[in-house]
Amino acid sequence: MSDAPILDVRNLSVRFRTEGGEVPAVNELSFTLGRGETLAVVGESGSGKSVTSLALMRLLPKDAAVAVTGQALLEGRDLLSIPEAEMRRLRGGAISMVFQEPMTSLNPTTPIGEQVAEAVRLHRGMDGRAAREEAVRLLDLVGIPAARQRLDDYPHHLSGGMRQRVMIAMALSCDPSVLIADEPTTALDVTIQAQILDLLRRLQERTGMAMVFITHNLGVVAEIADRVLVMYGGRAVEQAPLRPLFSRPLMPYTAGLLRSVPRMELAGRRAGPLPAIPGNVPDPRHMPPGCVFHPRCGHHQPGRCDAAAPVLEPADEAREVRCLRWRELAA
Amino acid sequence: MSLTITRPLAAPAFRRFRRHRLAAFGAATILLLTLGCFLGPFLLPFDDTTIDIMNRFAPPLSGVHVLGTDELGRDMLARLMMGGRVSLMVGFTAMAIGMAVGILVGAVAGFHGGWLGAALMRFVDAVLCFPSIFLLLALAALVSPGLLSIIILIGATSWMDVARIVEGQVKSLRERDFAVAAEVLGASDARIIVHELVPNAVAPIVVAATLNVARAILLESYVSFLGYGIQPPVPSWGNMLNNAQIYLTSAPWLAILPGLAITLAVTSFNFLGDGLRDALDPRMRAR
Amino acid sequence: MSGFLVRRLGQSLVLLVLVSMVGFAILHLAPGGPMSQFASGSDMTQEDLDRIAEQLGLNRPLPVQYAEWFWRMLQGDWGRSFRDGEAVLNVIGSHLGATLQLMLTATLLAILLGVAIGTLSAIRRHSVFDTLATVGAMIALSIPTFWFGLVAIYLFSVWLGWLPSGNRSTPGDGSLPDLLRHLILPAMVLALVETAIWSRFMRSSMLDVVNQDYIRTARAKGVPEGRILLRHAFRNAALPMITVLGLQLPTLLGGALVTETVFTWPGMGRLFLDSISYRDYPVVMGILMFSATLVLLGSLLADLLHAVADPRIRLG
Repeated sequence: MSDAPILDVRNLSVRFRTEGGEVPAVNELSFTLGRGETLAVVGESGSGKSVTSLALMRLLPKDAAVAVTGQALLEGRDLLSIPEAEMRRLRGGAISMVFQEPMTSLNPTTPIGEQVAEAVRLHRGMDGRAAREEAVRLLDLVGIPAARQRLDDYPHHLSGGMRQRVMIAMALSCDPSVLIADEPTTALDVTIQAQILDLLRRLQERTGMAMVFITHNLGVVAEIADRVLVMYGGRAVEQAPLRPLFSRPLMPYTAGLLRSVPRMELAGRRAGPLPAIPGNVPDPRHMPPGCVFHPRCGHHQPGRCDAAAPVLEPADEAREVRCLRWRELAA
Repeated sequence: MSLTITRPLAAPAFRRFRRHRLAAFGAATILLLTLGCFLGPFLLPFDDTTIDIMNRFAPPLSGVHVLGTDELGRDMLARLMMGGRVSLMVGFTAMAIGMAVGILVGAVAGFHGGWLGAALMRFVDAVLCFPSIFLLLALAALVSPGLLSIIILIGATSWMDVARIVEGQVKSLRERDFAVAAEVLGASDARIIVHELVPNAVAPIVVAATLNVARAILLESYVSFLGYGIQPPVPSWGNMLNNAQIYLTSAPWLAILPGLAITLAVTSFNFLGDGLRDALDPRMRAR
Repeated sequence: MSGFLVRRLGQSLVLLVLVSMVGFAILHLAPGGPMSQFASGSDMTQEDLDRIAEQLGLNRPLPVQYAEWFWRMLQGDWGRSFRDGEAVLNVIGSHLGATLQLMLTATLLAILLGVAIGTLSAIRRHSVFDTLATVGAMIALSIPTFWFGLVAIYLFSVWLGWLPSGNRSTPGDGSLPDLLRHLILPAMVLALVETAIWSRFMRSSMLDVVNQDYIRTARAKGVPEGRILLRHAFRNAALPMITVLGLQLPTLLGGALVTETVFTWPGMGRLFLDSISYRDYPVVMGILMFSATLVLLGSLLADLLHAVADPRIRLG
């Protein structure tokens, strides 16, 4: 991952203008994604991770209510400023997306084969027959049994896991260089979750695509990520490779998230419920002053953490952290 | 995670403004029409029944008769006002009857459920199969036409929607905790209905009532136009149109004016009802 | 599908029985009940009336009378017209064609216009067009159909002289252009309210659909916006519109009655009014029952059509 990143996001900000005033959903977010790399974006609901993914795909409502600023360079082209027609050609082509809700994300009145073939026809200029053959190949690739016989099935014929496979087949139909997966396994049973993660990993090995994997589930992160970006209150609060982050989290929020994950090796020793992070995610309309996490932080110092806002600073060559006290806490 | 994006700032404000404006327009028009129809005749130098053969078919704005005269030389404005009294009164009273019946049937059906509720609601379905104008005319033809009978008949043919609304409301409210709690505490059926359920069902009922006034005015005009409603010489907006078709070529205002009055009144009630729905019942809010 | 079909058919049968009971009750509501037509002739003695009542079976218990009446209805014996002794079903049948022609034309017009207006309203929500369409639909629903008919006649027949003011054809002509010229005004008048209804339903259906996840999926696939609206959104939004066909049938029939009166259109509505003024109760009752049955079957048919067209219900 030494060569130029395939996706380079710089200072991405998203603000919603609502009746109650302007709401910052994503704040000066920057990250890079190397070729073939998987970046997990982690955070609680409302941390801005889904908004980030929709902003990158330019799928947020196109009106005065949403202001997106910053840059997102996909192989040098800024996804946020290219003309809509060009973006449309990239969408589902060079950059594609898998959504959380397999039950509602497929068109209920169109056979699945047609839905996969549509993307192939649009981006690869295949005619109907060839696109249909390609749809068979893709559905087969994502592990749909007897794919040829299922082409004319409607989404409601399929289980949630099978529908998510169809979604993945659609997303991969044009060999994307970046796949954004927004909680693709959250709505599925645990066993199906594992199958889908396994499928994504195998497909990634095969095609060499990079992945932005959005999830709130650290167990899933451990399964799939190379690097992790932790988001809180619309900001990046820590960024690190997987192993170091899990073994030695620098930001108290990350540490809190990790403590709230059930672990096999601890199951015998620890009694009582898992320690959840107390409190709730902040209301984006009324962000706390200073460090946005301080009201929930066990290490916060009055007069310091609620006064000055920390910046995202490099902790070592591969890590970044946004905390005023990380050095003291690490020591 | 689900993403909820609040709607753009400008759009709902504009929408609410527009809705509000329409509802305000409706309310103001209703008030003006009511006042005009009930007070106007006292201020007017003409009587709606005075026949003036020398002054037949005077066009509007041509002389002392502001809105002209009809085929018997009667002042159109006076007739419109007196007709408006009748039409508005029919609208309100027929609505009241329809609401009373509908609320009663709906409350009983929703509260008791079971076979009685099912039977009542299937009966509602059956009555709704009859196009209301067919039903109304068939009934109107059976009785001697008049103000009272037309009010009762319109009321008798427009309670079904309300019954459905109330039944649905009562049924869903009954399943909520507080009604169950009241039942456990030994409150009587009547007490639960009056104190717990009715206040919760008020919003959709008010909306339905407003829209039903519009409907009743429209139905009265249909039946009277066809000759089975309000009988001359008592004027109503509907029966004023009854003869107008004959004079369409020579005196089109005879047809145009009462129709405009009906349209204005009905539109106003519909605007008001729509605005009330927006304001009172967030679940039914139109987008 | 078969479960849905059986359930829906069962519902319709129950409803049909209830509808017939309502009809029977109305028949007996008449002063003097079904005997009123004889009672009005003052040259009959009470003995005569009793004899007729016995002949007609009117002195038997009501449930028996109802059962017999319903059984006769099922067999197609709907009684005979007082006016000319013609079988009621034949009388209705001879007027049905004109009414169906009017209703079908108006519905077709209303679907085309209403669906287009509703779709555009939804796509350009809160635009000037949408506002005008919303207010316009509300006004259209408030205009008395017969008055709109009078205004249309005044404008297009009296003033402009473009179109005939009534009847289905010019006597002695009856060519296709002549028939069409006669059809335009009444169809337009009847279509007004229908268009308003269709546009409202279509708008809200379309708004439901464009916020669905699968529309976002289509965008994420890079499908062009126009294709998303036409291919993905429109199809899903238009499907439930099939049931509107059934829902607005009572309104359509009522509107047809009034329109036929204004335009002297020789259909079922005019027949109904003529029969009322002649106190021809068998025909009045016949049309009442016929229209209710039509509504019942229409909504059944619409639901079945929807079930056939929607893949989710087809095997659901």
